[in-house]
Amino acid sequence: MSISRRQFVGVAGAGIASMAAPNLVFAGSSDPIRVGLLAAKTGPLASGGIDMDLALTMFLKERDNTLAGRKVELIVADTAGVPATARTKAQELVEKDNVHCIIGPLAALEALAIADYLTEKEMPTLGVAAAEDMTQRHPSPWFVRLTSTSAQCAYPLAEYSVKELKYKKIVTIADDFAYGHEMCAGFQRVFEDNGGKIIQKIFTPLATPDYGSYVAQVKSADAIFLGTAGSNGFRFLRQFIEYGLKDKMAVIGGMTALDESVLRNMGDEALGILTTSWYSAELDNPLNKAFAPVFRKQFKYDPGYYAGSTYVSGEVLEVALKTTKGNVEDKKALMAAIRGSNADTIRGVIKFDEFGNAVGNVYIRKVTKSDGRLVNSVIKTYPDVSQFWTYDQAAFLKNPVYSRDYPPAKNLEP
Amino acid sequence: MQFWIIQGLNSLSLGGLLFLLSSGFSLIFGLMRLANLTHGAFFMLGTYLAATALRSFDDLNIWTTAIGAGFVVAALGGLFERLVLTRLKANTLGQVLVTLGMSFIISDACLMIWGGDSIPVPTPQNLQAPTRLFGFVFPTYRLVLVGLAVLVAVALYFLIERTRLGAMIRAGVDDRQMARAVGIPVSRLFTIVFCLGAGIAGAAGVLGGPILSAYPGLDADMLPLALIVVILGGIGSLLGAFVGSFVIGFIYTFGTALFPELAYIILFLPMIFVIAFRPQGLFGRVGA
Repeated sequence: MSISRRQFVGVAGAGIASMAAPNLVFAGSSDPIRVGLLAAKTGPLASGGIDMDLALTMFLKERDNTLAGRKVELIVADTAGVPATARTKAQELVEKDNVHCIIGPLAALEALAIADYLTEKEMPTLGVAAAEDMTQRHPSPWFVRLTSTSAQCAYPLAEYSVKELKYKKIVTIADDFAYGHEMCAGFQRVFEDNGGKIIQKIFTPLATPDYGSYVAQVKSADAIFLGTAGSNGFRFLRQFIEYGLKDKMAVIGGMTALDESVLRNMGDEALGILTTSWYSAELDNPLNKAFAPVFRKQFKYDPGYYAGSTYVSGEVLEVALKTTKGNVEDKKALMAAIRGSNADTIRGVIKFDEFGNAVGNVYIRKVTKSDGRLVNSVIKTYPDVSQFWTYDQAAFLKNPVYSRDYPPAKNLEP
Repeated sequence: MQFWIIQGLNSLSLGGLLFLLSSGFSLIFGLMRLANLTHGAFFMLGTYLAATALRSFDDLNIWTTAIGAGFVVAALGGLFERLVLTRLKANTLGQVLVTLGMSFIISDACLMIWGGDSIPVPTPQNLQAPTRLFGFVFPTYRLVLVGLAVLVAVALYFLIERTRLGAMIRAGVDDRQMARAVGIPVSRLFTIVFCLGAGIAGAAGVLGGPILSAYPGLDADMLPLALIVVILGGIGSLLGAFVGSFVIGFIYTFGTALFPELAYIILFLPMIFVIAFRPQGLFGRVGA
């Protein structure tokens, strides 16, 4: 009996299809999880972006690039710290690389540029940028932030300054953009609510080569609060010391003023300065004790804000993936798992509030010397700090977002 | 009272730094009619070289580092001028674009070599103790910087007004065609002046290091200041660069102290006025 060509093709086709069928059914789980990282690896924010990449890559390598039994592929996109580039890269990650979730970006300007797009594309995002309104008046169900809002870490330090350091008058100085405005506003609010007075608020342009004229304007007070980002705080501090002001006033700072990445280039002049942050390389919990020394051994410097942020994102993602059993295709389930993860991380346990912002420990740190290098030693821990501090949430949200002039500074000296 | 004195001294020291930065820029702009947008990058390169050199070698002092860095940057500038700029002789816009491109190359190279962190440049040991005058404190190094700026100004003055090279430069600034016609090797002069300008910028970067620190973006912060000084003071005029630097030093320092929200407006407003009402600047001498 001769088999017609048509019959042969039909049978062969059915045979191949039946062999391929199991693969088609399980294609989802043998496909790797694609995670996109938006980091500024070039440009002025580069050192933070590079740290973000190094820490996340290290996190995945420790776990053999496998989370919840599924392979993970990390795609790193360089935003250069420019919002337009961040937008382009976010689009590439979502549409060309088909990532399942995004970690980053670093700067508030970048985050604000891509927020609408990520919400529209329903892309789960573990954000690092601190812009307050992203988790207050304009939250997105697809965005969580595991670091801190601009002011969240400043609240405990403000209370600590009044209650324990007994400071009565403080001068604040910060970069003249939203992050600096928000941080100083938050600090001012709690400091004055506890009886202190902010007698001067200085805002310097982001690009200030010479801080001389600003140092000379600083009024006499108990302390100066540095709400600066990047290396501006340290450059200001150098001039502050050269003008002899460190002998007259104490220095305290926000979460990015004396980050580990800046501290490594400083000398003994930094000793004794108090800052506040959601992380310190010196944290004494089992997870951090396994992370920080390894990071230092590999890269020759302590992990700080940026390295910590992506490592924590990795830890949160891992817990969420364990809950969804490795399924990332069901985005809603993944997002719900992320928000409910309550992960134990190198910064302690973090929960997410209804707006997606992290609620966790905030640490008051002091610069000390350990093993011949400068470190941020933890001297006090404030547990369960939320972005609203002790204020009523509804009342907080009714107020306008923190800015240069809100809350109004009533105690400024002329 | 103390406020005015300290801010006055701040103005002088900023003016001194600006002069060191812009004298080279003014020379290049005057002779070669070229707005050298690489100038900020040359300055920053000097600062980075100082940061590494002074932090690695304890007994190196800042003055020799400044001279050394000046030569290195001058050599780089000379190579750039010979290999790239001369090929674009007739194309002034092309030259400006190429200097912009070179500044990106230098700043990215610095980022690659030194990383993204801010690196402090140590103040010389013997100048670290602040000067105490009439009950207030002022960093000694800044006062020394003013003195240095005056020294460099005097040295440049002698170079330009009393030497043959200076005469050739002045001739080239006044009328390039005629200078060529009487046999002045204008092309070689261009290279010499470009090297000189770049070298001074590099040395200025070293000297400004203790105040500014080396950081990515320093070039973009310094270049507009050089531009403003030269436009205000007049292109091609050393006196213009000198006066312009101190005027801008005063305007910037007192402006940011008295009207901090208007920091950049205060800086650019005088420049706009000058361009509108006296385009050649206060002492400009650019002719045909």
